[in-house]
Amino acid sequence: MSTKKSTKKSTKKSVKKSLKKSVKKSAKQSSRKNTAKAAAAAKRKAVKPVARPKRAAAPVASNAEFMAHAYAMETEAAERYAEFADSMEMHNNLEVAELFRKLSRIEQLHADQILEQMGWRQSPISVANVRWEGTEGPETADPTELHYLMQPYHALQIALVNEKRARDFFAHLAKVTRDAGVRKGAREMEEDEAEHVRLIEAWLKRTPKPDANWKTDQDPPVLSD
Amino acid sequence: MNTPALAAPVTAQGFKSDYKPIWCPGCGDYSVLSSFTKAFAKLGLRPENVAVVSGIGCSSRIPAYTTCYGFHGVHGRSLAAAAGLKLARPDLTVVVASGDGDGYSIGGNHFLHACRRNVDLTYVVMDNHVYGMTKGQPSPTTEPDWDSKLSPGGTGLRTFNPLVIALAAGANFVARAFAGDPNGTAELIAEAIRTPGFSFVEILSPCVTFRPEQREWKQMVRPASVKSTDDAARAARRIMTDDGMNIGVLYKGERMPYQPPIGKGRKRPSDLETEFAL
Repeated sequence: MSTKKSTKKSTKKSVKKSLKKSVKKSAKQSSRKNTAKAAAAAKRKAVKPVARPKRAAAPVASNAEFMAHAYAMETEAAERYAEFADSMEMHNNLEVAELFRKLSRIEQLHADQILEQMGWRQSPISVANVRWEGTEGPETADPTELHYLMQPYHALQIALVNEKRARDFFAHLAKVTRDAGVRKGAREMEEDEAEHVRLIEAWLKRTPKPDANWKTDQDPPVLSD
Repeated sequence: MNTPALAAPVTAQGFKSDYKPIWCPGCGDYSVLSSFTKAFAKLGLRPENVAVVSGIGCSSRIPAYTTCYGFHGVHGRSLAAAAGLKLARPDLTVVVASGDGDGYSIGGNHFLHACRRNVDLTYVVMDNHVYGMTKGQPSPTTEPDWDSKLSPGGTGLRTFNPLVIALAAGANFVARAFAGDPNGTAELIAEAIRTPGFSFVEILSPCVTFRPEQREWKQMVRPASVKSTDDAARAARRIMTDDGMNIGVLYKGERMPYQPPIGKGRKRPSDLETEFAL
């Protein structure tokens, strides 16, 4: 039992450490500046993460089931960030690609932490079989928020929305569940997510804001005439 | 005698190749790829037993991004290639990936006859109501009033209704999915593969580059409020009267797939050569 606790502590510590490290590092990095003039005004709206409605939890009957859902949530989030990183890499936006890669690693650490905590080699519920009330897990980023010229600030805005949604999800679950074990687990998760929210907010404060013309591309790929 | 060891199940990740997808950031096809791999893993398939066949277009890039056998074929001709493959190798799971341009326009006639033949294939069409790869021309499913540089004022043409056409032509399984629901879509693809005969899954897959308004789809889609039916007329009526945003299995029939007996009348390659000798 004590081993479990100490493993949980050390993994949590490493997650926090990696987040904090990223915050510091990003402060040193200069943001990619788009110096292009506003030639063709971008038609699309600025990347503005949309808060999806808070989702009620799927009915979870036990702590193990709850943790399996939490694991699915973290795994889905990690996979989505990795997908974003690949996409940005293919569009030569390497700075943002690296940031998404980092976020993916952090979410994967959270998922691994759950496995360790539960003493599982793998989750008893396959991630593909977990269904949410919405179409995706509360911490999964919305792909339609991406833009090939986006900057680290935008990526962090997306991450912030996801962390807030995860925090609210666990808070809601803790409120509605009748199972004491699930309530305790949900409260712990809520605290973790709240801390991630604070860390990302701090990270955002240290990250340069993009200028107004960040989306302007002198050679836009959508030119059709 | 050596008994081969039981192979470990392949995870969804194991169905993804090392090639990074080249699609626009935010494209729905990323999630469709994820649904493909999840469906294959869910069914306990192995990459060497699956073939993904495609035509031309953004959606048709999918075969390269999986570890399965792949065939990136000729524009609109993916179903012809896939039918040939399935008839020759019925042991393979054959999944065909297409888009609304490739599948309904260039390949429109193949679509009709593939439904009619009912070969045991799963046909997945990623529909974004536009030709994305060639920079935004209207496709058969584009709304008549979609105003763009390439179709000022809109085409004024009635849209193609692929689901009802598939039903009328004889498809054995008809479903609609949404790319933004990867787990739900994986489930539908898995069910389509499980169902014998020609299974047609239309996936609403937003093109955020040329149709940024399709971002709204995630607020518009909903699970179909009625269960699937095996009555094609009832299914057709439902599809004709819905707004195109109902997700789920809409029709599941019981037609026997077309599969000529294997081996009977089969010739060796050398026999075929003599037939073609001048």
